[in-house]
Amino acid sequence: MGSHGGFYQSKEFLDLVKSIGECRSKAEEDRIVLNEIETLKRRISEPDIPKRKMKEYIIRLVYVEMLGHDASFGYIHAVKMTHDDNLLVKRTGYLAVTLFLNEDHDLIILIVNTIQKDLKSDNYLVVCAALNAVCRLINEETIPAVLPQVVELLGHSKEAVRKKAVMALHRFYQRSPSSVSHLVSNFRKKLCDNDPGVMGATLCPLFDLITIDVNSYKDLVSSFVSILKQVTERRLPKTYDYHQMPAPFIQVKLLKILALLGSGDKHASESMYTVVGDLFRKCDSSSNIGNAVLYECICCVSCIYPNPKLLEAATDVISRFLKSDSHNLKYMGIDALGRLIKTNPEIAEQHQLAVIDCLEDSDDTLKRKTFELLYKMTKSSNVEVIVDRMIDYMISINDNHFKTEIASRCVELAEQFAPSNQWFIQTMNKVFEHAGDRVNIKVAHNLMRLIAEGFGEDDDTADSQLRSSAVESYLHILSEPKLPSVFLQVICWVLGEYGTADGKFSASYITGKLCDIAEAYSNDETMKAYAVTALMKVYAFEMVAGRRVDMLPECQSLIEELLVSHSTDLQQRAYELQAVIGLDAHAVECIMPSDASCEDIEVDKGLSFLNTYVQESLAKGAQPYIPESERSGMLNVSSSQNQYHHEASTHGLRFEAYELPKPVVQSRIPPTALASSSELVPVPEPLYSRESQQVASVTSVSDAGSSELKLRLDGVQKKWGRPTYPSPITTTTSNTTTQNTTNGVTQVDNLKTRDTYDSRKTPVEVCSEKQKLAASLFGGTSKTEKRPSSGGHRISKTAYASKSSDDISSVKAALVQPPPVQPPPDLLDLGESTATSSAPPVVDPFKQLEGLLDSAQDNSAVNYGATAAAKGPDIMSLYAETAAGMETSGIAYSTPTNRDDLLSGLSNPSTRSVPGGTTVTQPVQFSKGPNPKDSLEKDAMVRQMGVNPSSQNPNLFKDLLG
Amino acid sequence: MGIRFVLMVNKQGQTRLAQYYEWLTLEERRALEGEIVRKCLARTEQQCSFVEHRNYKIVYRRYASLFFLVGVDNDENELAILEFIHLLVETMDRHFGNVCELDIMFHLEKAHFMLEEMVMNGCIVETSKANILAPIQLMDKTS
Repeated sequence: MGSHGGFYQSKEFLDLVKSIGECRSKAEEDRIVLNEIETLKRRISEPDIPKRKMKEYIIRLVYVEMLGHDASFGYIHAVKMTHDDNLLVKRTGYLAVTLFLNEDHDLIILIVNTIQKDLKSDNYLVVCAALNAVCRLINEETIPAVLPQVVELLGHSKEAVRKKAVMALHRFYQRSPSSVSHLVSNFRKKLCDNDPGVMGATLCPLFDLITIDVNSYKDLVSSFVSILKQVTERRLPKTYDYHQMPAPFIQVKLLKILALLGSGDKHASESMYTVVGDLFRKCDSSSNIGNAVLYECICCVSCIYPNPKLLEAATDVISRFLKSDSHNLKYMGIDALGRLIKTNPEIAEQHQLAVIDCLEDSDDTLKRKTFELLYKMTKSSNVEVIVDRMIDYMISINDNHFKTEIASRCVELAEQFAPSNQWFIQTMNKVFEHAGDRVNIKVAHNLMRLIAEGFGEDDDTADSQLRSSAVESYLHILSEPKLPSVFLQVICWVLGEYGTADGKFSASYITGKLCDIAEAYSNDETMKAYAVTALMKVYAFEMVAGRRVDMLPECQSLIEELLVSHSTDLQQRAYELQAVIGLDAHAVECIMPSDASCEDIEVDKGLSFLNTYVQESLAKGAQPYIPESERSGMLNVSSSQNQYHHEASTHGLRFEAYELPKPVVQSRIPPTALASSSELVPVPEPLYSRESQQVASVTSVSDAGSSELKLRLDGVQKKWGRPTYPSPITTTTSNTTTQNTTNGVTQVDNLKTRDTYDSRKTPVEVCSEKQKLAASLFGGTSKTEKRPSSGGHRISKTAYASKSSDDISSVKAALVQPPPVQPPPDLLDLGESTATSSAPPVVDPFKQLEGLLDSAQDNSAVNYGATAAAKGPDIMSLYAETAAGMETSGIAYSTPTNRDDLLSGLSNPSTRSVPGGTTVTQPVQFSKGPNPKDSLEKDAMVRQMGVNPSSQNPNLFKDLLG
Repeated sequence: MGIRFVLMVNKQGQTRLAQYYEWLTLEERRALEGEIVRKCLARTEQQCSFVEHRNYKIVYRRYASLFFLVGVDNDENELAILEFIHLLVETMDRHFGNVCELDIMFHLEKAHFMLEEMVMNGCIVETSKANILAPIQLMDKTS
């Protein structure tokens, strides 16, 4: 029979398909497939298998892989099959190979030769099969082997071959742009191909090329516009119509290309206005495909230079989408709104309730799309509501990918638009708590810096309030069983710096908590380092305050444990802690000034404090200092100084050791790896003595101490893999050991007070109702309240100052609304005369082709019928045998499932068969294959195999379009 | 790239056709099919025919017992893909006549051939049913 003839199938194959089709569970399916693998392994390597049989084996192999099992034992047979002379067998072989192998597989080399041969074949179908394989199997190295032939085929007489050759070239371009860079002009040429199929395919590579380099293709704007115009005027063959739309997929691709070309180009955009405006009018808004094209028009309009008429048309379509009952259209509407909002921020307001509906819909896809929209329209007036919503949503989902995405968006919005620092901290707490391991470490550093710097106002009480509220919230959060380590690092740091600052919590309470953390996360060295440094700070502050330090027993055991830690970093920290505790209060205050994490550490590079010492020494007859440039090979400098000068490398003091190969690298290697590390891993005694020396010269920066510790920190930084980002923690740690020369107050800067924050807080609490939510989301625009982006409170002020959305939107609004000079007809009513006059000669070939194709189609239909007749007997006889059985089985068919409204546009939901079992032709049957005879035959055939609708899986028989 | 894969999966989650336009290992395919089929099958008919998954989207459509799932890049026009699925089904319907799941199972290679004509390098290259079916009909005739 037509559709079945030629595709020989054995009983065995039918049985396999039948059993797979009737499987009820994955386990059952696996069992069948494993069985099949055994059979195939045995059979496939038998000698002299007829090619038809082999083809069937290969299809069975495809089944094996498709159902998730390895069929590599048969790959070689698929490769062999590509050599076959029979077209069907060859193409099946190519198909199997493309499904089995990736382009770097070892067997590919065996196919390249066959492909080369087939590309030269006289039979254009063989050439097409080979070109299909080229698109899947040729990698960068094998491109040259087939490239000349592919280029030659661009001029083949058959349009199917030209089309596939274009795509092969496209594939080469994707794989290795440089290999075909001299050939890209071919794509331009093929755009003018007589065949619309070739032209349509050429749009794909051109789209890629234009995406990368818009400017080189500006000259094609008029061509694309004219093609689109011709398409919309139905000058393409009827066969390209889809649901009464002329070549909609080509239209979509063209609109995508126009959007690229018109972006930021007023001149190019102007030439598009007419055709796009025309599309808005012509598109059938009742069909899915019409809406797809309309949506693409909106995308195009939002990209090209704005035009008020088109924007208006786009807005109308969006509101229709949003008002629709179809979730698909709502989704498209929300997406389109997000695109248009860039040029026209006001339009969201008109649809606020629809947006809220989508936000609260149970459909996760729609909800997520709406969050994307909200993200795009966030500004300082609605950031609280939006971020709160986002966090709630983030908590509610499990998908890690989306959790990360939403967390980073929350952080981004909070950093940009935070109305107050306190809100920022609370928001960050939530984000960290629920997605802490998924946010960038920089976010944690920013948070620490914010807490340390506070409001930046001349308001110490506000600062300390902020800190104590942070401390309190963290102590509260610590009771949670498992916290992300990034968040814990922040907590440790804040507890260390400010845990005891307001006197609310005792040192032993804070240190107890810190020990708990170190214990609970004993596998995490970074965590322990943060904890032990925080402990040191707490003790130091206690000593400075004149209180006696009683180390908790668990702290003591923790430190003892760390003193012998495998990590030199932890060891160092533990030793330092011990050393600091042994000092007197005055010294400790110099080492660990409280609340000084943000102070700049001034390094006296000139070592001016040593001047008197130098003078004295010189007076006693010491050798004067000779600058490095004036001497060579002098090495009488202690290595510690040496190292220090490495660190302060900007200065002129350089010594011989510095000029060893790769000195910088060496100095940055973690301490363990350093040969000269004697002073990098200090033993308690020398460290102590040095520290006390430091104390002796309180007002001066101690070179030894600071240099040494800075070096160590460098090592640590390297080890943790941190970038050179000046994280607060490093500043703090170095701070702990350095004299604080500018022991000043926090910077002053006048900014908002907190009562504004409180007033802003209210809308969040009462937003249960949609209206109010809408007001809080969208209200900002209408009230035109201009709240300065308060993210600027923090250090990132300059970075975000430009982002004040209100300013931007007002600027854009000004852009969007140029005086509407042009009257409507000029834009949307394209004069028919111009249309015809501008239609280039390309039209005619299309028309000619239309005729050709139609007749070709007729021919094939006739042939088809002929084959059907010729091949008829075998299955027809089956049909005759089983016709009697029809009556019972027909009933199973009589439950047409009209499940998709969208389908109704296509073919009327028709009664497949009446209960009697006689199949009736559907009233609106568009030229299908040999119906209904064919379906009867199909039915008969499967029944003959014993698969019948009453068996386990009647769904197998259900017409897809029924 | 555009289209990343085309899958046909039945209601029970069994794969009936799988075509990937970027290389995935067997394990990756298995995992991906499991994940997205679970996601799509759990959705109601009122919900959108689009699902976001990792960094791409799945556009799906159900016909009787069979789901057609197409994985696309994020900048692809979902509605157009939805109609592309329908075009594929119409094309198969024209060829097989009242196409059903069993047709695809018995003629897996033909279903693949049609897809090969319609999509290359993850792009839609042919949408004329006559052009799509012409080579298949010719092969029918000659063999």
